[in-house]
Amino acid sequence: MERTEAELIAAVLKGDAASFEPLVQKYSPRVFATARRYARRESEIEDIAQEVWLKAFSKLQSFRGEAPFEHWLMRMTVRTCYDFLRGHQRNRESAFSELSEPETDWLERFVADPGSAAEDANAAKLLVSRVLEKLSPPARLVITLLEIEDRSVKEIAGLTGWSVALVKVRAFRARGEMRKILGKMAKDKYL
Amino acid sequence: MNLAELQKKLIAAARAHAPGDQVPYAFEKRVTALLAARVAPDPAGLWVRGLWRAAVSCVAVTLLLGAWTVFNPAAGTATPDDLSQNFENALLASVDQNDQAQ
Repeated sequence: MERTEAELIAAVLKGDAASFEPLVQKYSPRVFATARRYARRESEIEDIAQEVWLKAFSKLQSFRGEAPFEHWLMRMTVRTCYDFLRGHQRNRESAFSELSEPETDWLERFVADPGSAAEDANAAKLLVSRVLEKLSPPARLVITLLEIEDRSVKEIAGLTGWSVALVKVRAFRARGEMRKILGKMAKDKYL
Repeated sequence: MNLAELQKKLIAAARAHAPGDQVPYAFEKRVTALLAARVAPDPAGLWVRGLWRAAVSCVAVTLLLGAWTVFNPAAGTATPDDLSQNFENALLASVDQNDQAQ
């Protein structure tokens, strides 16, 4: 008979580390999907996921079972991703003159006729990851959670540990930061 | 260039390309193996192991000193320059003086 999550957690807390494996198996897809929003290389993504699970194991005693395990784990994942962003800011220095040909084409199509530049194009995906990489860590986190994942301010506050007011302030600043980066990109490319 | 529109487009592009949730092969096995290696040993076990190590060191020191005492050719022949004799004389000097006064 399959054991419930609560039973598995209780077993882990009693010292049975093997009972942690089904939890890792069940929730790793979500952890990996979240990590892929903030890191590009697979080795970095795997490092983040591994760190999340090691943290989850060592802090399992602090899980009181009032909220679902998944929520508790996602909080830990988001915070680990934020730490990763803070530790890897080197990518923010690259210039927009390094845009690939499909990205430049997509931008030119957008300039000529905004409606003709498809959002689902691969070039748009590359361009948006480039822009996101240039954002500061709090701006990137808040834009990802608020605009891309469409989460509420309250949810973001719960995930990040920031206050609701701080999330609002950071969201406002993040939008401004993104606008500034897009402005710089336009200037680099077309002036 | 309409930056607000571009921003909207790029956000929509990011939404359209949700990241994959694939997990590397046997990732959970690797995590479990790492955890098993990291599980802290019990304090009693650590204490017992430490005591055993200390006992071995003590026995080794005792054997060395014993051997040195037995095989040292100068052992048992205390000379006036013997450090232990000098130390004992200095320590018991006041008692000796009292004895001589009486």
